[in-house]
Amino acid sequence: MIRDSWRIVKLGLKSLMLHKLRSSLTTAGILFGVASVIAMLAVGEGASQQALEQYRDMGVTNVLVRSVRPEETQQSSSNMWSVLDYGITYAEADRIQNLLPQSQVVRVREVQRGVMRGEAFRVTVVVGTQPEFLEVSNMKLAEGRWLTDLDLRNQENVCVLGHSLARLLFPLENPIDQTILAGTEDRFRVVGVLAAQGRAAGPNGTTYDECAFVPLTSSRRRFGDTIRNLTTNRFELTELHEVKVKLASSDQVEGAATVLREMLRPAHQTRGDTEITVPLELLQQEEESKRMFNIVLAVIASISLLVGGIGIMNVMLATVTERTREIGIRRALGAKKKHVVQQFLVEAAVLSALGGLVGVALGMVVPRVITARFDVKTVVLPEHVLLAFCISAAVGVVFGIYPAWRAANMDPVEALRHE
Amino acid sequence: MDRASRPVVAEFDAVHRHYRMGENVVRALDGVSVRIHQGDYFAIMGRSGSGKSTMLNILGCLDRPTAGRYLVGGRDVSQLDDDALSEVRGREIGFIFQSFNLIPQLTVLENLEVPLFYQGRVGAESRRKAEHLAERVGLGKRLEHKPLELSGGQQQRVAIARALMNDPLFLLADEATGNLDSNTEQEILALFDDLRRDGVTIVVVTHNQKVADRAEFTLWLRDGRVERLDDNRRPAEAAP
Ligand SMILES: Nc1ncnc2c1ncn2[C@@H]1O[C@H](COP(=O)(O)OP(=O)(O)O)[C@@H](O)[C@H]1O
Ligand SMILES: [Mg+2]
Repeated sequence: MIRDSWRIVKLGLKSLMLHKLRSSLTTAGILFGVASVIAMLAVGEGASQQALEQYRDMGVTNVLVRSVRPEETQQSSSNMWSVLDYGITYAEADRIQNLLPQSQVVRVREVQRGVMRGEAFRVTVVVGTQPEFLEVSNMKLAEGRWLTDLDLRNQENVCVLGHSLARLLFPLENPIDQTILAGTEDRFRVVGVLAAQGRAAGPNGTTYDECAFVPLTSSRRRFGDTIRNLTTNRFELTELHEVKVKLASSDQVEGAATVLREMLRPAHQTRGDTEITVPLELLQQEEESKRMFNIVLAVIASISLLVGGIGIMNVMLATVTERTREIGIRRALGAKKKHVVQQFLVEAAVLSALGGLVGVALGMVVPRVITARFDVKTVVLPEHVLLAFCISAAVGVVFGIYPAWRAANMDPVEALRHE
Repeated sequence: MDRASRPVVAEFDAVHRHYRMGENVVRALDGVSVRIHQGDYFAIMGRSGSGKSTMLNILGCLDRPTAGRYLVGGRDVSQLDDDALSEVRGREIGFIFQSFNLIPQLTVLENLEVPLFYQGRVGAESRRKAEHLAERVGLGKRLEHKPLELSGGQQQRVAIARALMNDPLFLLADEATGNLDSNTEQEILALFDDLRRDGVTIVVVTHNQKVADRAEFTLWLRDGRVERLDDNRRPAEAAP
């Protein structure tokens, strides 16, 4: 049985070899169809995975409320010394905790400062926050300890360094118990170093790996509520830059998001100085848009495979006509109609599967090239490759049906007389 | 052995084959009856249009009579469907064609195996058989060659070997030497004589008197009817 099948496949190959150029040109349609589908899927999958990862890192049970610097009007920006007052307040954070008693509410202040240690210097964000931050942000400690309630109560001048910041400031030494200088006068003792996060998540384009973390109370005491923005050179009064709300489970997220939106609307809607981010919603949107992308892709793939399939049908019809005599001979030697159908179907399937095979190879190389050239993440999923290949073989079978049927229904006497 | 005591391998019993051409009916065969016994060597002759090809097609189970019965090895095959006829062709009949009709993309060995392939009988045994028959027709060293690498005579030998692969009830040769020069023709006819001596039943359709003269019987067709049946055997042979 298997040997017979192999024999039929071998026969198909031999017959295709009779017209090498024609066969190769015919497979080109399938080849490029399969290759482009795999490549496009890889790019789509890469982008989607990246987005999903990012949203998952934000925490699917979290709702994030951020302060947003409002668009400055001409009037307000004309006065260099006026204070820009915006964002979410301590009082609001407390109200959030009251409205959502089951949730963990983490207050975050972000102050931009030049951080220095000896010769090493880096402008970064000093994040003032609470002990719960670590868990809510799903981050890990590498060395030393994290901030404690006691640190907050005593407004200790201690800090925990992000992984790459620690590397930068302390390339050789152990940073624990060393002192860093933030700005011109504020010294903090390093008590811990975070594990590398390797994530994009973080304040204003700075990753948490590059930040220093201090107790919320110390941040307020050392830096004050009014901070000069180093970029715009304006004084800004912002109590909190972010409030992270972690819900007990992801099905509470939607309700909590609604509550927060309602709560913040009166004070902030007109100024537009807060922004609620719901990673779960983003995640769902991303999945939705990925589904759309896949549908579009499926349509494109269908069209290209349709074109490839028509090419195969065309060539198979020509083959059947050319080999009318062979069909007659085989029928005379005892081939039933089903044998003839089988032979030409296999030949069509082999033709398109060969195209599919080369297409798969090409489709796996192209994403690598894209990644190397354009620094775009691409992911080739094995199931996509398998799917594309199987579809290409199926195209051969489907578009080979009619030619094979024609071959099988030839009158043997006529076929034998054919020149 | 006496001819009459040998089994009948093919029997036409008042076979008609009519073609309807609009208003007209062409009676390509018009009541042909003949019995071919095992071991017979038959030639079918007649002028162009007399019905030879039609008779050959029915003998080869490529076509069916419109009336009358055709029996292969005692079994009536005149009403069989397409699959069943394929089965009969594959098991009982060996075809030899004027233009050899080997499959060009297959090697000699693979060509020889085609008839057995459709009966699911390809394997070590079919290979041995192919080797044996190739040896017998004098092409034992050409198994891996493609047909077009062989001369016409060699190709026809392969075709004869192929026709013998399924141990058929009879060989059916359609102008088997029509495409060959006279030397090669003689070789092929000598091979037929050989096979005949080994008890193979042979039916040839031909225009060529020299070919027909080698046969024991010549069936003359005329307008779809049997004009006469000549017994070419020498009297000594003919007398039982
Ligand atoms: N497929 C067909 N359709 C119509 N008429 C046919 C067909 N095949 C053969 N004939 C007619 O049947 C008669 C016998 O033809 P054929 O068997 O080919 O004779 P031969 O082979 O002796 O030349 C001829 O008159 C021919 O025209
Ligand atoms: Mg004829």
